[in-house]
Amino acid sequence: MRLMNLAAIGIVAAALGPAAAPPEPQHTAPKRSEERLEVPPPPFSEGIFPCTSCHEGMPVNRTRRVLTEMHTDIVLKHDQEHRWCLDCHDAANRDRLHLASGAPVSFEESYLLCGQCHGEKLRDWRAGVHGKRTGNWNGAKRYLLCAHCHNPHQPRFRAVAPKPAPVPPSRTFR
Amino acid sequence: MSSQEKPKVSRRLFATSGASAAAAWVLTACGPKRLHEVPRDRLRTALQEMERKYSERTGKDVKVSGAGPLPGVEFAYGLDISRCIGCRRCVYACTEENNQSRDPQIHWIKVLSMEKEKGVDFSHADPYYHPATVPQEGHFYVPVACQQCKNPPCTKVCPTGATWSEPDGIVVIDYDWCIGCRYCMAACPYGARHFNWAEPVLPTDVVNPNTHYLGNRPRPKGVVEKCTFCIQRTRAGKYPSCVEVCPVGARKFGNLLDKDSEIRYIIEHKRVLVLKEELNTVPRFFYFYAT
Repeated sequence: MRLMNLAAIGIVAAALGPAAAPPEPQHTAPKRSEERLEVPPPPFSEGIFPCTSCHEGMPVNRTRRVLTEMHTDIVLKHDQEHRWCLDCHDAANRDRLHLASGAPVSFEESYLLCGQCHGEKLRDWRAGVHGKRTGNWNGAKRYLLCAHCHNPHQPRFRAVAPKPAPVPPSRTFR
Repeated sequence: MSSQEKPKVSRRLFATSGASAAAAWVLTACGPKRLHEVPRDRLRTALQEMERKYSERTGKDVKVSGAGPLPGVEFAYGLDISRCIGCRRCVYACTEENNQSRDPQIHWIKVLSMEKEKGVDFSHADPYYHPATVPQEGHFYVPVACQQCKNPPCTKVCPTGATWSEPDGIVVIDYDWCIGCRYCMAACPYGARHFNWAEPVLPTDVVNPNTHYLGNRPRPKGVVEKCTFCIQRTRAGKYPSCVEVCPVGARKFGNLLDKDSEIRYIIEHKRVLVLKEELNTVPRFFYFYAT
């Protein structure tokens, strides 16, 4: 289902692309025989999903507050002045997210949620320019969801240690 | 009789020069050929000979592919300068994939650290940066490897014809014909060609056995080598290994002739630059800013 969704989005993205441009002469590029897109499942913390396993039957408290009993490991550094949990997580169905319109979105399609603010990133991601694609340049590819690279609660990349610098040229040779 | 002039070309001279010309033609036509000139069946024999030699030396089942260019394909590369964090993962993935010498060290990719205030400026670029973490404040990173030029200065200066452009845009080297004169290294404005000054040291446990005869097959001492867009992978439809390893997805690769490819989207929609454009080398390696 997920694959079909993505494929459909791919088609929509292609249609939304430079559609206004006059039709170009057909190049002799080989047909993309097995254009498939694979997306690994969303990166949940271990044992956290489905959320309903704990939240089922719990009373919903919609008051914006700092959580002190559970989820204290989550530090929101993502427009935290204006956002809190229930702006993205759905209170009615804990296993889903929701858009600003209230429309529910599954975790597999979380890019729709991210794309509400980061529209130009979503557009580039659909074209394969934002984010990482692996596999075959003219065939089956593997995509990643936004959340595979960016922690949704702290989306900025953390600095990493670089691999060793090259050895400068020396004068001695065997 | 006495009035008869001697002919300008004597019978003897004509016979000897004719025979030596024939002998010279036979010698050159039957002698060793550049690998891209030999007929396919002879190439296959040559590749089998290479496979036997490399397998014996490394103790691994080394495969040497002879895959030719795909019709309707011209490769091009995109690198997002606004994303690269200078972590050098690509440098080492490239080394592992392409069987570069570990000692003396050869890196086909050189990541240059540049100052944001100065912009893309090679005179202030530093390839030896080593902070605890990257990216560093006020710096950006420009990884440079072979730009696979459409108008390559390096192939023009080769005295033996050991390096040339393939129809899919990859500039390749025939290591059996390279005489190590290094003219190509002097001609390349990007410093993308590297010389095997000593016998390359490649421990057998790190040998990548999937090779291509114009790419990552083991090299001898005294030849020049460089990036081939991972010819052994890309001609089999796969992404180059630097694209696969990049943790931030800054590296893009595709077919320039396919209007739906990522690389065409980048060229049509993003701010794109090539290095040293004024030299008219027409690189197939495009740097861009996605943001």
